[in-house]
Amino acid sequence: MRKFREAIIEKTILLNGFACILFVILIFVFLAKDGLTLFRTIAVQDFLFGRIWSPLAEPPQFGILPLFLGSLVVTLGATVISVPLGMACAIFIGEIAPRWMRETLKAGVELLAAIPSIVIGFIGMTMLSPIVKSLFHLPTGLTALSGSIALAFMAIPTIVSIMEDAITSVPRTYKEGSLALGATHWQTIFRVIVPAASSGIVAAIMLGIGRVIGETMAVMMLTGNASVMPHTILAPVRTMTATIAAEMGETVRGSEHYFALFALGLVLFVITFAINLVADGALHRKQK
Amino acid sequence: MKISVHAQQKIAFTLLGIASTIVIVPVIVIFAVLIQKGFPAINWQFLTTMPRMGMRAGGIFPAIMGTLYLVAGTIIVALPLGVLAAIYLVEYASKNFLTRMIEVAIVNLAGVPSVVYGLFGMGLFVIYLKLGVSIIAGALTLAIMILPVIITSAKEALQTVPRSFREASLALGVSKWETIRCVVLPNALPGILTGTILGISRAAGETAPILFTVAAFYLPRLPKSIFDQCMALPYHLYVLSTQVPNVKPALQYGTALVLVGMVFLLNLVAILVRAHIRSRKQW
Repeated sequence: MRKFREAIIEKTILLNGFACILFVILIFVFLAKDGLTLFRTIAVQDFLFGRIWSPLAEPPQFGILPLFLGSLVVTLGATVISVPLGMACAIFIGEIAPRWMRETLKAGVELLAAIPSIVIGFIGMTMLSPIVKSLFHLPTGLTALSGSIALAFMAIPTIVSIMEDAITSVPRTYKEGSLALGATHWQTIFRVIVPAASSGIVAAIMLGIGRVIGETMAVMMLTGNASVMPHTILAPVRTMTATIAAEMGETVRGSEHYFALFALGLVLFVITFAINLVADGALHRKQK
Repeated sequence: MKISVHAQQKIAFTLLGIASTIVIVPVIVIFAVLIQKGFPAINWQFLTTMPRMGMRAGGIFPAIMGTLYLVAGTIIVALPLGVLAAIYLVEYASKNFLTRMIEVAIVNLAGVPSVVYGLFGMGLFVIYLKLGVSIIAGALTLAIMILPVIITSAKEALQTVPRSFREASLALGVSKWETIRCVVLPNALPGILTGTILGISRAAGETAPILFTVAAFYLPRLPKSIFDQCMALPYHLYVLSTQVPNVKPALQYGTALVLVGMVFLLNLVAILVRAHIRSRKQW
């Protein structure tokens, strides 16, 4: 009897373990089910490489290239800002700062991570975009640059916390060995600790980028939502995520536009899936 | 001219310090602004009355309640699912391909964009399962979204319970499940709670997953059942700041401050629970 009960409980728990795999598959299936329907009427290459996204035009055009490039520009901008800042902050917290400063900085970074993206977007609209506007004498402050800056600050907590873990988990002996050979603390950090933590650092950057590509609300509020091919970082752009969030409410269920938005979701899912696999691979390699 | 290694170190450390300051200062500014502009708007009436005049006046009561309903629904679904999955991974799973697949799945769930969760929730819960745009559809969507957070922290909590506890219990003839239930889980509980609260605070602040699954634009009454739509704080802030013209800034900042306050209260509880465990740990 007891054995029987144990077996049932074990099976139930096993099922819960598999639930995660099931959810990933379900997400894929439900995106693909509606997303792939689009390709009955639209050619795949017109969707992926079409230069015009104009779902309400007659005939409608569903080229996601401007949206993809919009995401790319904003993501690149955010990466360029967040990686050096995040890395510097992680090294500072992990190696240099005295205890009280370390705790304050860590608390600050955790606070930043906890601010909802909608609030970042709101603050960005009211404070950041006027600054961008007047600094570069632009007609509007809602540009790719504003989005990049806001997103950078959303990626920094991810980057800092994972990098700091990687840096502090470098064995003490490496550091001591280097110091004993007469290297300065900075030389030790730069030549020994950072290279030793490199796979964790790569994972941190990848996960930060993953966070940025998938971010929706802040980017929708800050980038000005113009679905045109981006030429400069100082003009409005529109990202893939913002397009889904902004247009899904207005589409008719079962229309081409509706399927196109699911197809766009599928593209996003595949991109973030790939990024996360690479990041996980890097973290996993570190553990071996 | 060659700079001495010590001068190099000084320059490098200064730059790192400046970079860290650049990271921290905006955090302080954001909070200062939110409190300075939002606090005057918050009073009892703001928190407990319905919005009026197309949301340009009145309070945010239905949005607060909507977020609370969503959060409650999310925990009810995500907590058992996440904790049992973590128990499987820590206590039962052997190191094989399947376990690795589960871990990869968790990592990927954590990385799926929130708006894609929204699409998925709409496709599966709202349309396919015919739940309609409802609290239950939104809560299920948010639950799947925070599942990785709960599993990861529950795993960590379970792993910190020493092996000897389990062995002592098993040696006394207690079965595996009873050992987990009576020995491992109680010791891991505070850690699990911390992770759960962090997950909830994420669910409370997310907007994109609830856009098409639950959120009502303007609904000045409370939902009657879990199959009703409801307002929610993050979506309300989005509506106030982008969709409705001529909203008093005080109203926007007040809503933002209430949202941030709620999320922070949850985080603070999590931090206190964590500090409490650390001080009590006896092994």
